Amino acid sequence: MIKESSPGAGQPKTQTADFAVVRATGVHKAYGDAGVLTGLNLEVPRGETITIFGPNGAGKTTLLRVLGSLTRPDRGEIAINGFSLKEQAAFARSTIGVVMHSSLLYGDLTARENLRFYGKLFGLGDAEDRIETLARRLNVAHRLDDKVRDLSHGLEKRVSFVRALLHRPRLLLLDEPESGLDQNTLGIFEELLAEFRAGGGATVLVTHSLELGLALSDRIAILGGGRIVFDDRSENVTIEELPEIYRRFTGEVS
Amino acid sequence: MVESIGTKRTVWLFATAVLVLVTMWMIFEWVPTERNLGVVQRALYVHVPLAWISMVAVGVVAAASLMYLITGKRRWDSIALASAETGVLAGTLMLVTGAIWAKPIWNVWWTWDAKLTTTAILWFFYVAYLMLRAFAPPGNQAYRMAAVVAVLGAVDVPIVYYAADLWRTAHPELIIGPAADSSGLTSEMGLTLLVSVVAFTSLYIYMLVDRYRVRQSELEISDLKREMRNYLYAPSTSDVPATAQSLRAAAAEPIGD
Amino acid sequence: MKISLGPVWAVAKKDLLLEVRNREIVVSILVFSGLVFIIFNFAIELTRVNRDTVGPGVLWVAFIFAAILGLNRSFIIEKDGNALEGMMLSPIGRDTILVGKTLGNLLFMLAALVVLFPVFTALFNVNVLKPEIIVIAALATVGLATTGTMFAALSVNTRAREIMLPVLFLPIAVPILIAAVEGTAQITQGGNWSEAAEWLQILAAFDIVFVIAALLTFQFLLED
Repeated sequence: MIKESSPGAGQPKTQTADFAVVRATGVHKAYGDAGVLTGLNLEVPRGETITIFGPNGAGKTTLLRVLGSLTRPDRGEIAINGFSLKEQAAFARSTIGVVMHSSLLYGDLTARENLRFYGKLFGLGDAEDRIETLARRLNVAHRLDDKVRDLSHGLEKRVSFVRALLHRPRLLLLDEPESGLDQNTLGIFEELLAEFRAGGGATVLVTHSLELGLALSDRIAILGGGRIVFDDRSENVTIEELPEIYRRFTGEVS
Repeated sequence: MVESIGTKRTVWLFATAVLVLVTMWMIFEWVPTERNLGVVQRALYVHVPLAWISMVAVGVVAAASLMYLITGKRRWDSIALASAETGVLAGTLMLVTGAIWAKPIWNVWWTWDAKLTTTAILWFFYVAYLMLRAFAPPGNQAYRMAAVVAVLGAVDVPIVYYAADLWRTAHPELIIGPAADSSGLTSEMGLTLLVSVVAFTSLYIYMLVDRYRVRQSELEISDLKREMRNYLYAPSTSDVPATAQSLRAAAAEPIGD
Repeated sequence: MKISLGPVWAVAKKDLLLEVRNREIVVSILVFSGLVFIIFNFAIELTRVNRDTVGPGVLWVAFIFAAILGLNRSFIIEKDGNALEGMMLSPIGRDTILVGKTLGNLLFMLAALVVLFPVFTALFNVNVLKPEIIVIAALATVGLATTGTMFAALSVNTRAREIMLPVLFLPIAVPILIAAVEGTAQITQGGNWSEAAEWLQILAAFDIVFVIAALLTFQFLLED
């Protein structure tokens, strides 16, 4: 039913033709007393954008870290694009793009040097072209040869986006990507996301902005007590009732 | 179940207490004073068992840490922690009793021979290990880091000893006090030492097991706290997330069903 | 364990590029070592009688203390924009990252020594520019860079990391310090290869044991 186009040679046989981009089952992760994830299940198919809401400390960031294979869950199974994070982490990682709060860039290197470096880590043959294309798309091409330290927050964020998209990921993990972005950049970012989705990419977005989350995504979920407690298609929820639903599950006004 | 463990524990504690009392009596009353070294030689009956315990403790930490790295089971980490704490305590007391013994016998509190140097370095290393456990980020990551450090430390011990030994040969001791080597143990002395080793080993095991159980209880409490907090957060025990539809349906139902 | 050289070199080269740009690590090691030389000079006056025996101790203690600063720095750079996590998000393994970092740190330490040795020789009139001592230094630096990178990677995620690195690293590195100091002293006192042989053996043994240990444990050190 789904015909996967690219992943190249050396692809393990265990990957099946019919798979979700994200499949997480029974994921547990604890930090001391704080049980951040407690048996979380999540499945995201191709071409879907899902927004995860939740109060501070609900584990949204931890969820993204676990999905991005930065943090190893205490229990549970996760497969990204059909690759198990336990056994085939390297394959999985090469299909994931991540934008976090921190830029993941070296302040003393130029944007281009940073991106080239990541190009090498991901084994890209056409890194230079990708950098140019994406940088132009995100309107940072003219600042590529400036040190990241000298870039404004918005520009740095755009370079982070280039970094995340450089290796043609099939899954984007975005942790409050809108923070610190001006209206222009936000517009570009929304366009890019739409393109990415049209190309079959899946996105897991974490944000505090109910409006933005609802507007951008096909599906919204609320994280509470370390699990998904609410999960529905965006079209089933109106922006008027969303704050009420959010309050109901988190005891907070968004 | 709990009671039987409790009983066993009490019996063990009681037996250890009796053994320690007997040991004390043997050390201070029964065993004859060593002719050359005098009364201070009695410190050895405490010093040697403490050194023995420290050695065992170091071995247990390394073995348990290796097991943790292999299996990832939390209880191995608890054993390593319990043994490290007990070992540092025993090691500290060993260094103190050693100094007390050395001052009148060697005329110095401390000397930099290979054994002492290695012991001192090991002592610092295990204090650093406990510091790391205190400063590490919460969660499994801390256990893994501690386990790696413990294994690396164990690997380092022979090299440290060899280097310190060679270093000592390069710098021969200048003055060492009167007759350091004792003139053969009498059978009473041997027996006292043996009983003392048994008593202290029994004490070590008691402390190890007790600390291990406290640790496991701490972890259990932390698990329970977590579950409770999550329950308060999301009282729904259902594994199926709600949808807008289900919420509307629930709202439409009459209250007080 | 699959460590390929391409990514290892990419990580090390990135560190070199950063270093060329801001010269933080090598310069810190140099300045700090130089200061320790000066301080030691007041603490233990080096005379014609004792400088050949005491001098090597001054040299290596100064260098090891300074190396700790450099090691801390090499991971603080990674924490700045959290680029360490950026690398961990890429398909290269955790061990590849740390092998690359080790290589970088090794090069920085060697670079610092290239300057420190002549400076030390000039300041204290103890000639350490001899082939035997250079081999000792090379072996010592391999051990220091390997264990140092391990503990720096581990400490960077802890509270009080500035303290954690030295208290963990120094006890482990004691054999290197002993062997480097004694081996160097044998040579400055007019010995040759055979006098230094045992110390070279200890250094080589330490390097072999800890390079293997590092390759086996690197994967556990970074948070994941």
